[in-house]
Amino acid sequence: MTLQEGHPAMYSNKVVDFGTPVKRSDNTVTVHIDGKPVCVPEGTSVMRAAVEAGVQVPKLCATDSLESFGSCRLCLVEIDGRRGTPASCTTPCDDGMQVTTQSKKLAKLRRGVMELYISDHPLDCLTCPANGNCELQDMAGAVGLRDVRYGYEGENHLVQEKDESNPYFTFDPTKCIVCSRCVRACEETQGTFALTVEGRGFDSKIAAGPTNFFDSECVSCGACVQACPTSTLMEKSIVDEGQPDHAVTTTCAYCGVGCSFRAEMQGSEVVRMVPHKDGKANHGHSCVKGRFAWGYATHPDRVKQPMIRKKITDPWREVSWEEAFEYAASEIKRIQAKYGQASTGGITSSRCTNEETFLLQKLVRAGFGNNNVDTCARVCHSPTGYGLKTTLGESAGTQDFDSVDFTDCVIVLGANPTDGHPVFASRLKKRLREGATLIVIDPRQIDLVRTPHVEASFHLQLRPGSNVAVMNALAHVVVTEGLESKGYIAERCDMEDYGKWKAFISEERNSPEALEEHTGVPADQIRGAARLFAKAPNGALYYGLGVTEHSQGSTGVMTIANLAMLTGNIGRPGVGVNPLRGQNNVQGACDMGSFPHELPGYRHVSDPAVRELFGKEWGVDIQPEPGLRIPNMFDAAVDGSFKALYVQGEDIAQSDPDTQHVQKALESLECLIVQDIFMNETAKYAHVIFPGSSFLEKDGTFTNAERRISRVRKVMPPLPGLADWEVTVRFAEALGYRMNYSHPSEIMDEIARLTPTFTGVSYTKLDKLGSIQWPCNEAAPEGTPYMHENEFVRGKGKFVLTEFQATPERTTRKFPLILTTGRILSQYNVGAQTRRTQNQVWHDEDIIELHPHDAENRGIEHGDMVSMQSRKGDTTMRCIVTDRMQPGVVFTTFHHPESGANVVTTDNSDWATNCPEYKVTAVQIRKVASDKGEWQQRFDAFAQQQDLLARQGFAEDSEQGSK
Amino acid sequence: MSVTIYVPCDSAALSLGANEVADAVVREAGSRNLEVQLVRNGSRGMLWLETMLEVATDAGRIAYGPVTEGDVASLFDADVMAGGEHALRLGKTDDLPWMQKQTRLTFARVGVTDPVSLDDYSEHGGLVGLKKALTMEPSAIVEAVVASGLRGRGGAGFPAGIKWRTVLGAAADQKYIACNADEGDSGTFSDRMIMEGDPYVLLEGMVIAGLAVDATEGYIYLRSEYPDAYVVLTSAIERARAAGWLGSDVLGSGKAFDVHVRLGAGSYVCGEETAMLESLEGKRGIVRAKPPLPALEGLWGKPTVVNNVMTLAAIPYILDQGGEAYAAYGTGRSLGTLPYQLAGNIKQGGLVEVPLGVTIRELLYDFGGGSATGRPIRAIQVGGPLGAYLPESKFDTPADYESLSAAGGLLGHGGIVAFDDTVDMSKMARYAMEFCAIESCGKCTPCRIGSTRGVEVVDRLVEGKNRKKDEALLRDLCDTLTSASLCAMGGLTPLPVLSALDHFPEDFAKSE
Repeated sequence: MTLQEGHPAMYSNKVVDFGTPVKRSDNTVTVHIDGKPVCVPEGTSVMRAAVEAGVQVPKLCATDSLESFGSCRLCLVEIDGRRGTPASCTTPCDDGMQVTTQSKKLAKLRRGVMELYISDHPLDCLTCPANGNCELQDMAGAVGLRDVRYGYEGENHLVQEKDESNPYFTFDPTKCIVCSRCVRACEETQGTFALTVEGRGFDSKIAAGPTNFFDSECVSCGACVQACPTSTLMEKSIVDEGQPDHAVTTTCAYCGVGCSFRAEMQGSEVVRMVPHKDGKANHGHSCVKGRFAWGYATHPDRVKQPMIRKKITDPWREVSWEEAFEYAASEIKRIQAKYGQASTGGITSSRCTNEETFLLQKLVRAGFGNNNVDTCARVCHSPTGYGLKTTLGESAGTQDFDSVDFTDCVIVLGANPTDGHPVFASRLKKRLREGATLIVIDPRQIDLVRTPHVEASFHLQLRPGSNVAVMNALAHVVVTEGLESKGYIAERCDMEDYGKWKAFISEERNSPEALEEHTGVPADQIRGAARLFAKAPNGALYYGLGVTEHSQGSTGVMTIANLAMLTGNIGRPGVGVNPLRGQNNVQGACDMGSFPHELPGYRHVSDPAVRELFGKEWGVDIQPEPGLRIPNMFDAAVDGSFKALYVQGEDIAQSDPDTQHVQKALESLECLIVQDIFMNETAKYAHVIFPGSSFLEKDGTFTNAERRISRVRKVMPPLPGLADWEVTVRFAEALGYRMNYSHPSEIMDEIARLTPTFTGVSYTKLDKLGSIQWPCNEAAPEGTPYMHENEFVRGKGKFVLTEFQATPERTTRKFPLILTTGRILSQYNVGAQTRRTQNQVWHDEDIIELHPHDAENRGIEHGDMVSMQSRKGDTTMRCIVTDRMQPGVVFTTFHHPESGANVVTTDNSDWATNCPEYKVTAVQIRKVASDKGEWQQRFDAFAQQQDLLARQGFAEDSEQGSK
Repeated sequence: MSVTIYVPCDSAALSLGANEVADAVVREAGSRNLEVQLVRNGSRGMLWLETMLEVATDAGRIAYGPVTEGDVASLFDADVMAGGEHALRLGKTDDLPWMQKQTRLTFARVGVTDPVSLDDYSEHGGLVGLKKALTMEPSAIVEAVVASGLRGRGGAGFPAGIKWRTVLGAAADQKYIACNADEGDSGTFSDRMIMEGDPYVLLEGMVIAGLAVDATEGYIYLRSEYPDAYVVLTSAIERARAAGWLGSDVLGSGKAFDVHVRLGAGSYVCGEETAMLESLEGKRGIVRAKPPLPALEGLWGKPTVVNNVMTLAAIPYILDQGGEAYAAYGTGRSLGTLPYQLAGNIKQGGLVEVPLGVTIRELLYDFGGGSATGRPIRAIQVGGPLGAYLPESKFDTPADYESLSAAGGLLGHGGIVAFDDTVDMSKMARYAMEFCAIESCGKCTPCRIGSTRGVEVVDRLVEGKNRKKDEALLRDLCDTLTSASLCAMGGLTPLPVLSALDHFPEDFAKSE
């Protein structure tokens, strides 16, 4: 077996269904299934025990992602000493139980049940989309049904309309056996409660609200489709293409949850992405993006051919890879000769693999010979790295996602998990339904505040920019009311730092009452929330970009670490500091040395030993001075000292703040190399295009928010011919720097050699274990689910003084509102992927959300076009009026380039890491008649020009080709 | 001098014009300048005599009935206030044979008192059991109920004390008492009569149950078809709270217990205990798989005593007189009394409370007086729509749990519906399937699809084109329903179907 072939299980198309979920118990019981003894945890169902003993009991309503329901009555068994024929799914094992799964009586009963099912089911198996993968079909075979004596003339459900309203799946009620698996999946797995059974008895039918799936509460997570045993709920791709012939396990390329998926294939074509049951981040669940929005990978907009041009006003010319590498390398050399070695740099992407990111920073440090490498984490989670390294000693979240199952009280701060991290949100909601309490700290009334069967105990609806004040106030209450974990602090934290911090935090100016004018949160609510959190046996903090993207972003992260240490909530399951990472590989990109001051493993470039280690491996001398951060690169470009940039998989022209400044910087470059799967906004300023490969086209690894390294597996050949890692290798070669890799596994081997927290990581081990949470080394050969178990990585936990300082971005009479930005469920980041899928039906434009009071004052009505103006610029968008907002605060997303959300955002940034302050911009909103503002008109004109240049180029090429 | 006249407010009496009679009494007394104290009591259970008016005299209460609005003037003409002679005069209520032959433990006060009067309740022996219970350890209360032999009166017949013991033994921060008042069986009305006629005995029973198992909250799940019972119950609960019988300090004991009423929405299956719990929680009324037992994970997942109204209403007597006193009545393992209800084609329909063990024939003829039409009684159905149809040959069977079961039937909630010899039993079999089809919750496959197929197969069988095959199919279907259904709804539907087919095969062969 070679590495390329992978582990056999990764290619299996058949998944064992244990019927009921695994039970956690310290006690085990032994039961005999048809005479075979099997030992299972107490509480395990007879059905699951049977499967573990290798015995399949017929079943239809049971599946191991859902609690047992007991409705289909196929799984009946006989148990010695018990009356009747109990259902094996709902009967827990007792020690010594003797179970018979096959007998004449049982066979007759099962056939009787099956005969009833089939008397109300269409007989079109051969033309049914589920043909060959239908549990009803399988069961009819298993029980030996030969005759339906009722005939087919009786009452039935065979004439009903298909619901095709959802873009990705159909609902065919004629095929429905009313097992309720979809309804239960929507409730138990997803927690949306969009589905129900309507009517009763024979009239029972599955209903998604009063009309159809699309107009219902459904969030298209696909859990119902996944749970359906027939073709009632079926992916349209399968209806169109047929059943897959094999499957490859891989990792989703969207958010930082990092869900494991099975790419179900016909040849080298993906026909369906199915969440992987054994995936440790998602346990078989998914969201609309990962499950369905993968069609962008083969979208006609994909760039497949390298392109070059001298000036951005020139037409593009399609060239061979060789020519593109030669041209790009010659430009880098020319520019370095003219402007110096430091005039070049690169930006890695949190969307690319660890291996690709590692190679790009290696290229910059070894090939370009400087440290001008940065990553898009700069603009999202760089404060997390800084804040957690300072306080705890490691730049990463402390827990695994499973930890939430053990928590008693959760603080969600500056994150909107139901939209941004939906699969984690479902886990969280499940735990909340089980009884854990919730405190939401957010300027908006996000869905988690009140959603079916979940309600936050406190919603601290703070003013944007006052996170630090609110967190200080919470800590003040804990300390001044004596609720802190004294023993934990004394044992695990630096007491000198703690003493200083305690004196600071106890000051009256940090009380909820004193800070109320800044936070806008009633003091009694903060007191209540502080008591609730401090008294919970296990308290966990989850946060997102609502914390980091502030001028006090790093301070905000440290307030979180402070509160966690103060309440003794780090170092075991159920607790912890949990950054919810925006993109799939934010953690990995940071781990891989993407920051200008750090080599892989967060080791500072000023450390000679570290430089020597890498220098020796790479055969170069590494510069001791940190390089430029992204905003410094822009500033230097505008100043004229920075001239060439290699951007991999990031669209800085759309995603970075103060768009007009970014555009000016890009226009100042003499060589901009863009490596992307689409001609994105940044590509419009580029001189070289290296066409990128999607996650389906390459091997590698992603590291998710819980430090989990998971394999990305190539399921189809790269459309441009080369995978991204190969492009970097070849480009480096053209520059004269040789990199010797025949497979990404060898890159990981190099990472493991050079990085103490990765020494135990290899593709072989990843194949064996499925995934690994770093640190993975001699001390933790199978990885580390939760960190800082006995002591903090830095030794003693450090309490850092977190003085609240209001952002310089102030509201005035001219700019009286605060804009805060975020994302929504169906779109992802700059939208390059999701805008090229049918997810567009949910959100085809960015919208401004405005409180009714602010709308009323401005004569704005729901659906009006409005202009939004800040000190930096203005843009025009549609607006909706909603009381999700608080008065004085407006919200929008940045998924569509033409919206120009970042035209208005400012160049304020975090004091420690320069992470931009996307979350606070003073703006004014007014109603306008036209659809587009001035910036947008310029945007359109430029886009049209670039589009023309691209088409001109291709036309010339084809002319040349025909000669 | 004021004379007390009783006119029932029981809804059976109301449906026969009791309110009009009561109005007429007031009107007539007023026009004659007579001082009348009108009391709206419960019904004595002699429904063929409703509206039965009673007058309190020195010689005791004198009954008149059935009285209509138009009879009232003539009653006053006949000096009803002194118990005067009249064609409708029945004599002393207590001496009526129907009353004489009964052993009214649970129904002792029903028809005697003003249902919502706290004073009436206390003066007629109420609260004694509760006061005793307040001096006892929870386990002692449970053991008294175990000793009484009281079994669940909802139909399943599970020993109440054993169920309570399980709930008492379950550790939880909150436990509940859930009273099943979803009395949906055809021909049954004892729950309704006690809720309308003596609601405090039920509330007292629930408080005692709460004390016995450490539950502090009780819910009565009342079918929406009982609007009068709802009015009486809610009024009684309000008064009981105001008097400190319910609430945070029951009778000054420092112990808490409160009761809430929830209305059903017209589903028969919600009388099944787990479906009732789902409905109480605000969900669709569908059956839960057991285990877990409601005694361990019931309402909102907490340990819960689920008992029928009749079970809980029997409790005050047991605590008052002791478990042994209750167990002295009845036979074998069927101890105590049971309020039987006679309905259908019967001359004297109504409620009789007698010790378990009375024969069906005694109930039908000694109490019921034979059929209403005067024709022979050909069949009866005992225990609601899921009970077996029994032919005349089985009428000497004692109506207790074991004997009825041995005879192929079930006691259920103690309702007996009579049919004379004009009945077509194939139609009754078809109706049993149809009832299941209409009322199935739809969760499990045998009941959801099987009931609809059952109607179709019975039709084909009666049509007679392929009798042998169709009968075999019907029997196979019944086998599937019996053994594979999730709850008793599908599981017991074959009982009326097959008993009709077995005892009255000729009715299925008419096409021959």
